Amino acid sequence: MALTGVEIFKLLPKTNCKKCGHPTCLAFAMKLAQRQASLDACPDVSEDAKKLLGEASAPPVRPITFGAGDKAVKLGEETVLFRHEKKFVNPCAFAVEIKDTSREADVLKTIEDVLGSEIDRVGQKLRVDAILISNASGDPKALESVSRLVSEKAAGVPVIISTTDAGAAVSALGYFKDKRPVLFGANANNIESMAKAAGSFKAILGVTANGLDELISLTEKAKSLGTEDLVVDPGARKAGGIIEQNTIIRRAAIKKNFKSLGYPVITFAQRDDNMLESLIAVAGVAKYSSIIVLSSVTKWKSLALFTLRQNIYTDPQVPMQVEQKIYKIGEPTPESPLMITTNFSLTYFIVSGEVENSRVPSRLAVMDCEGLSVLTAWAAGKFTASKIAQFIKEAGIENEVSHRELIIPGYVAILSGAIEDKLEGWKVTVGPREANAIPAFLKSK
Amino acid sequence: MAFVIPKETYSGKVYPVTIGTGDNAVTFGGENVLPFNGFEGSTPNKPVIAYEIQDIPPSDWPENVKKPFEAVSGDPVKWAKHCQDTLGARAIALRLTGTHPDRENLSAGDAAKTVKDVLSAISVPLIILGSNHAEKDSQVLVACAEAAKEKNCVIGKAQEANYKTIVAAAMANNHKLIAMSELDINLSKQLNILITQMGFDKERLITDPMSSALGYGLEYTYSVMERIRLAALAQNDATMQPPMVADVGMYVWKIKETQALEADLPMWGDLAKRGVLWEASTAASLLISGAELLIMRHPEAVQAVEKFISEMS
Ligand code: B12
Ligand code: SF4
Repeated sequence: MALTGVEIFKLLPKTNCKKCGHPTCLAFAMKLAQRQASLDACPDVSEDAKKLLGEASAPPVRPITFGAGDKAVKLGEETVLFRHEKKFVNPCAFAVEIKDTSREADVLKTIEDVLGSEIDRVGQKLRVDAILISNASGDPKALESVSRLVSEKAAGVPVIISTTDAGAAVSALGYFKDKRPVLFGANANNIESMAKAAGSFKAILGVTANGLDELISLTEKAKSLGTEDLVVDPGARKAGGIIEQNTIIRRAAIKKNFKSLGYPVITFAQRDDNMLESLIAVAGVAKYSSIIVLSSVTKWKSLALFTLRQNIYTDPQVPMQVEQKIYKIGEPTPESPLMITTNFSLTYFIVSGEVENSRVPSRLAVMDCEGLSVLTAWAAGKFTASKIAQFIKEAGIENEVSHRELIIPGYVAILSGAIEDKLEGWKVTVGPREANAIPAFLKSK
Repeated sequence: MAFVIPKETYSGKVYPVTIGTGDNAVTFGGENVLPFNGFEGSTPNKPVIAYEIQDIPPSDWPENVKKPFEAVSGDPVKWAKHCQDTLGARAIALRLTGTHPDRENLSAGDAAKTVKDVLSAISVPLIILGSNHAEKDSQVLVACAEAAKEKNCVIGKAQEANYKTIVAAAMANNHKLIAMSELDINLSKQLNILITQMGFDKERLITDPMSSALGYGLEYTYSVMERIRLAALAQNDATMQPPMVADVGMYVWKIKETQALEADLPMWGDLAKRGVLWEASTAASLLISGAELLIMRHPEAVQAVEKFISEMS
């Protein structure tokens, strides 16, 4: 278990010198216990205490950066079992498998799919993060040639080399020097040579086992060989086993601070049936996988999985929100229509997207409602006639537009009279309920 | 050091609920562990999927989910038989959309007749759902509960605004009952308490914490379900121990992702597959967070989730 505030306090200098920016050592200790402060802030802590506290305060799931440069992804670092307790930290990475038995044209096609997989959703850029090159042929030359192709054509994309042959690994890893790849395939038979190969290329070692006991002995062995940046595969390939093993691993790490399982988990979801593969990936996203390997990049599959990952990894306390202001869409003139909505990211991005689709230059007034959707904000008393009237008056919109017409969301039609009463000289028009009807509505105006 | 699997033993358990009669009755719930954590406890029953049908043709359903039912959806009896006989439905959920005042405004009598007709045509359990108009539902569901007397149906949904009459009707006619609140664990608990205070047996309840579609509030439903399940198991809170329903289809098949053409949004890929996966992945996530009963629409999505469930157990 992680140390409590009081246990940490006992190890601090207890001088209350305030150099850490906290009024007392105890206050600082409490922040440390909640992982809201870093020990570095206290200049006077002893080396012994540093060592003890360092171990105890290390995140229960080891943080690992996979890949290098702007496409690198962070793995691990999780602190809770359930998302309502606290935000999940590092969204899982999706990797697509390329077998070294594939024809070159197919390899190139998959690389193209990965590079073109990026989608913008609710203001975030989402993509297939990585490529796993598997040595399905068993031939080191085949692995090497696909590795070269990937390093040339998909430069910057984080890579996993999957083989059990340390010799083959070495020639493949050569193409990803300083790129923080994963070398996956260390098992009871080859772990020494694999750890050595990974070490000489500063690669992350991927350990694969048949069950948890074997996995533990392998991670302990890797650690004794000086290899600590690991991702782990406990072996399950079916949805039920994946949830079971992932749950036990996360629980052991978080609740028992059991270091030998405190590593990011890699899950293999590949199936011939793309629909079932997607649902296995769903289980991985929801329950603790850090890397999920897929058999193909398929747009409809990606969209659903990206969306789920975004949902599971949002902050449960603070809804995603955008800044309160009058957004211009297209190049509106003073005569252009004016619409109002709330500042919940999802609402804003859906509505502004549809306004864009209409190609009618417009203004969209986005009002701060603490990140709530239109109806939720209305039900919570944050999107009311008087607040809307006040916002319109204070936003200076009356100088920007020549007309006095405000379009409100169809779901709050009930507010139209009351807004007109409070905003003298304004006419309120009720827009459609669903945003997808906005283009037709704006075009017909 | 030998590794000891950190198992949880919970003091609480989810009530098993049986619906329908005879050989085709089905039971869900009954587990004393978190979803699919069978390694540390007992999960005697698999989740159940009910096919959603309507009393009126599904004019508001998008093309892709209308099509599989084209030949039968003009008539709720044919539709129900098709789901049971051709698709192998284990349960059917009849939504009385046509009774909504803004739709066909069908009467409680009309609805009761539809219920009777459907019940005489099928042998699998029936879930009877109103149109989600609080006032109208309290008339419609009372009439339907009577029409379905002794068939051990599920009546839904009782909400804070209308639960009294609906609870009384479900109780008088020996049905199970869905209690729905709006995405808030405290509201859900509160409603279950109010309902049991009327003398309704808590072991006949099903909780609906309110669903939402992937990308449209799923994370809220997901976490409310997880919290309800933890309250039931870890805190042994009896008011949170009914099994949960996820009414997936109606939320999924109204959002843009299940309707936008690939020609308009090439990055979103094949529309037919996208719609099916949207429903299936919403359903799978909610199974993982705690649902034991699903209400779904598309046959391919149901099949995918069935495969997923069988891999889970
Ligand atoms: C997720 C959710 C929540 C989340 C909050 C999510 C958030 N960030 O807002 C939580 C759990 C916190 C919540 C709380 C509550 N909720 Co709530 N919630 C929902 C839910 C499931 C989804 C809301 C959502 O995200 N919609 C998606 C966004 C994009 O929709 P939207 O903002 O309305 O935008 C659409 C349209 O309005 C339109 N549009 C938007 N802007 C504009 C502008 C113009 C000009 C035009 C033309 C169109 C347009 O386009 C968008 C897409 O079509 C809905 C039910 C549902 N399925 O819709 C209930 C719902 C909104 N909630 C409701 C209620 C009552 C509440 C609570 C008061 C009750 C409670 N449970 O405690 C609280 C209040 C919150 C508070 N702080 O006090 C009710 C509102 C009832 C009503 N008819 O007024 C709803 C409808 C549920 C229901 N069926 O009863 N809720
Ligand atoms: S800097 Fe160190 S010694 Fe000074 S108050 Fe903070 S914790 Fe105590």
